[in-house]
Amino acid sequence: MKFSEFILYLFVMAGVTYLVRMLPLVLVKHKIENRFIRSFLYYVPYAVLAVMTVPGIFYSSSYLISAIIGFCVAMILAYFEKGLLPVALCACAAVLITELLIPLLT
Amino acid sequence: MKEINSFARGVLDGIPICLGYLSVSFAFGLFAVGSGLTVFEAVLISMTNLTSAGQLAGVPIIVGGGSLIELASTQLVINLRYSLMSVSLSQKLGKSVSLLDRLIIAFCNTDEIFAVASGNKQSVGKRYMYGLVLTPYLGWSAGTLFGAVAGNILPQVVVSALGVAIYGMFIAIIVPPAKKSRPTALCILLAVALSCAFKYIPALSGVPSGFVIIICAVTASVVFALAAPVQEAGEEPKDDK
Repeated sequence: MKFSEFILYLFVMAGVTYLVRMLPLVLVKHKIENRFIRSFLYYVPYAVLAVMTVPGIFYSSSYLISAIIGFCVAMILAYFEKGLLPVALCACAAVLITELLIPLLT
Repeated sequence: MKEINSFARGVLDGIPICLGYLSVSFAFGLFAVGSGLTVFEAVLISMTNLTSAGQLAGVPIIVGGGSLIELASTQLVINLRYSLMSVSLSQKLGKSVSLLDRLIIAFCNTDEIFAVASGNKQSVGKRYMYGLVLTPYLGWSAGTLFGAVAGNILPQVVVSALGVAIYGMFIAIIVPPAKKSRPTALCILLAVALSCAFKYIPALSGVPSGFVIIICAVTASVVFALAAPVQEAGEEPKDDK
């Protein structure tokens, strides 16, 4: 990709992201009362992150099996509310250990 | 009501956010160079966007040569929640905050900045807000740089393992609220089911990644906004941390 093409993408991406944040902060002076909109905006972040995580996580490492193990470790630790960084690092460690073991076992 | 407007207080409040951002943006930097962007491009994205999910969704569209419409609409949907936070934050800003300040503060209105700023009982002034956003912004940019450089120099097996990090963080964000709220859990499951359908059903697998996110997330959110609307009583929608 040429850098000029990248800059065009960057401009659009940053522009939209900024406008979404800026316009309400400058224009809206009262709270959104509509219950449907409030509810919709409550669910959106969870739905977005869920869509991006599954099945993407299963293709995030060199082997499917190591990614599945990393996913399981993350789910278990997240269930026990261990925090962002511990969950992420333990998932990475699980993937690393699995991938170091794979050549020994096959 | 008295207004909080100490720059130092803002910086102090921002440091925990900065530390969190270092790790998330490290994962983003790794992901970006792993996807084929240069270190410079990865850092530019972080310095101009400041949105983890938006950036992560944007990179495959950019690298895959997706349309600008796809990129713009994906960013719009993923970052739509910020508009609600901006509406809410706009009530929180004190009299010292001018229009120009609002234009700058809006750029840095992330989930965490919003949560911390809103957590103050009093209204917040411009010096506090500039202090608050300073270290998170630097951490976000620097973390991306470290991650992008690390992606180029670390051994493949380590890079492979770190690739799971950002997804691990997403899981850590969405699972605890799903435990407490059954509709949230069901909404997540519906979103996942739709997402898997677009990946594994051959007739759907050609849909560009950005549109898949929009279709799945909007569908699941609309279904549950209708089926299980959030409580009234002026409660803020929760941030995604």
